[in-house]
Amino acid sequence: MSQTTLLLLLNATVETFYMVIFASIFATLVGLPLGVILYTSRKNNILEHPYLHQLLAALVNMTRSIPFIILMVAMIPITRWIVGTSIGTNAAIVPLSVAAIPFIARIVENAILEVDRGLIEAATAMGATAWQIISKILIPEALPGITNGLTLTIISLVGYSAMAGAVGGGGLGDLAIRYGYQRFDVKIMLMTIVIMIVLVQVTQWLGDKLAKQFSKGR
Amino acid sequence: MITFRHVCKNYTTSGSSVLALSDINLHVNAGEIFGIIGKSGAGKSTLIRCANLLEKPTSGEIIVAGQDLTRLSSSDLRQARQKIGMIFQHFNLLSSRNVYDNIALPLELTGHSRKDIAAIIGPLLELTGLADKKNNYLSELSGGQKQRVAIARALANKPHVLLSDEATSALDPETTLSILQLLKNVRDTLNVTILLITHEMSVIKTVSDRVAILQNGVLIEENEVGEFFTHPKTAIAKNFIASSLLQHMPAAIEEHVFTEEQPHTHPVLRLWFLQGTATQPVISELSHQFDFSINILQANVEYIKKHAMGIMIVAIKGEKLKIQPAITYLKQLGVEVEVIGYVPDNIITFT
Ligand SMILES: Nc1ncnc2c1ncn2[C@@H]1O[C@H](COP(=O)(O)OP(=O)(O)OP(=O)(O)O)[C@@H](O)[C@H]1O
Ligand SMILES: [Mg+2]
Repeated sequence: MSQTTLLLLLNATVETFYMVIFASIFATLVGLPLGVILYTSRKNNILEHPYLHQLLAALVNMTRSIPFIILMVAMIPITRWIVGTSIGTNAAIVPLSVAAIPFIARIVENAILEVDRGLIEAATAMGATAWQIISKILIPEALPGITNGLTLTIISLVGYSAMAGAVGGGGLGDLAIRYGYQRFDVKIMLMTIVIMIVLVQVTQWLGDKLAKQFSKGR
Repeated sequence: MITFRHVCKNYTTSGSSVLALSDINLHVNAGEIFGIIGKSGAGKSTLIRCANLLEKPTSGEIIVAGQDLTRLSSSDLRQARQKIGMIFQHFNLLSSRNVYDNIALPLELTGHSRKDIAAIIGPLLELTGLADKKNNYLSELSGGQKQRVAIARALANKPHVLLSDEATSALDPETTLSILQLLKNVRDTLNVTILLITHEMSVIKTVSDRVAILQNGVLIEENEVGEFFTHPKTAIAKNFIASSLLQHMPAAIEEHVFTEEQPHTHPVLRLWFLQGTATQPVISELSHQFDFSINILQANVEYIKKHAMGIMIVAIKGEKLKIQPAITYLKQLGVEVEVIGYVPDNIITFT
């Protein structure tokens, strides 16, 4: 393999990493609180607010039902407004984050739903505030579930980032399309696939390890 | 320490309404262990959850340590709750924390430093017998040990009051006894007032100073425990006592018993030795004075506080005419007598 090919692959891998990591961070920063609010605003819950819950649930469902490729195109004006351009890795991070937010929110909500209601009761009886219940009880207890869900999201983002690459986002998807598809460079195509597989495997392995760490003693 | 005044609780679900508590008046003295017993659905959980306002009463006042909880702002209520410990049937401990960190939780909530927390938890681990388990996770503990952790956690903020919602119902009899012993110990050493609810008479018998029965949301028959057992006033109280002392007639005999007198049958009596009569030689007196043969089918004597009490089921063979005077004689001694049936003479033997 020539040095240029190697450089191309390395560069594309770094770009994919960059997109996935930052999209995951932004999506978690919004999705985690959103998931917590989705849970706590439920009926008979600590921050009960049925209307807010319904509104957020509808919003989440709506975003989730838009196919990523369409979301990406539809978001171009917003992306341009935020990043200043609609092409490149930075631009790809915006739709990637937005697509992952509702995913993460639901994952967090569901993970917290698994937490025994008795624990909220016990904490309330101790005089805990809503914030203390969230930070000391709900999130720590749901952490293994949240970790598993985040792993799943990151893996999906690897796939989505390839799609983003197809419309000028850079990364492994971009490389595969430009060299593998348009120039029939089978070798580069195969290499990108191998790298993607390794990425996904490593992510899953790390996620499992972390989740196991968090569920220590259970 | 805990006072309920005219407390009512109404649940309304999809149109229909359930009166879970109706006009509850209750006073629990400082340093006392007060037990409330009732059948399933009587409103026990609702009542005890009102004592820290986990359940908001529909009307009435709930005064704990001098504060009417129903009138407190939400932040004042949180502060009041820090001084009201609670333990639950299913422990409600955090699986993400080990024993030590579970006990530390309420102290973290009240903003104690790590050093203070360690200083508080040390003695609590000793008191609850968990010193060698402090680094264990919950999955490594038995039910009894988990309840000990929950008790230590409930005591961490030095509460005036401890509420126990069926804390021993998920435990076997032996473990139940050790947990109840611990609760007694807690009261004696820390002078914590304990309000507990249970559906088991044995719990009341073992730890309570006073007891009340909750039936269909109404408190009936409140009494000191010794008095409650020796002088039950209502039929419900008697039933609870009976069900704790006895067991029914042995099935092998019960299936042959007639409700009406028949030829060749002997009367079966249930004797209640409630007012300290269990220590008198009643049965031998009976056989001497009236010349009866007495077959004891079932008997159980227990000691509650200093009172001995028991229930006995006996079949009597003797002159028919002497039966009524014998019953009168027993009643004079303070033994309550019920004729509960007639057993054919081929079923039981008299020696
Ligand atoms: N959240 C609720 N909504 C509607 N009805 C309720 C609610 N909680 C309790 N009830 C009703 O109130 C009554 C008393 O219930 P509670 O749970 O206090 O009984 P309990 O004595 O604790 O019974 P158990 O021994 O089975 O726990 C029952 O009829 C029950 O159906
Ligand atoms: Mg109950």
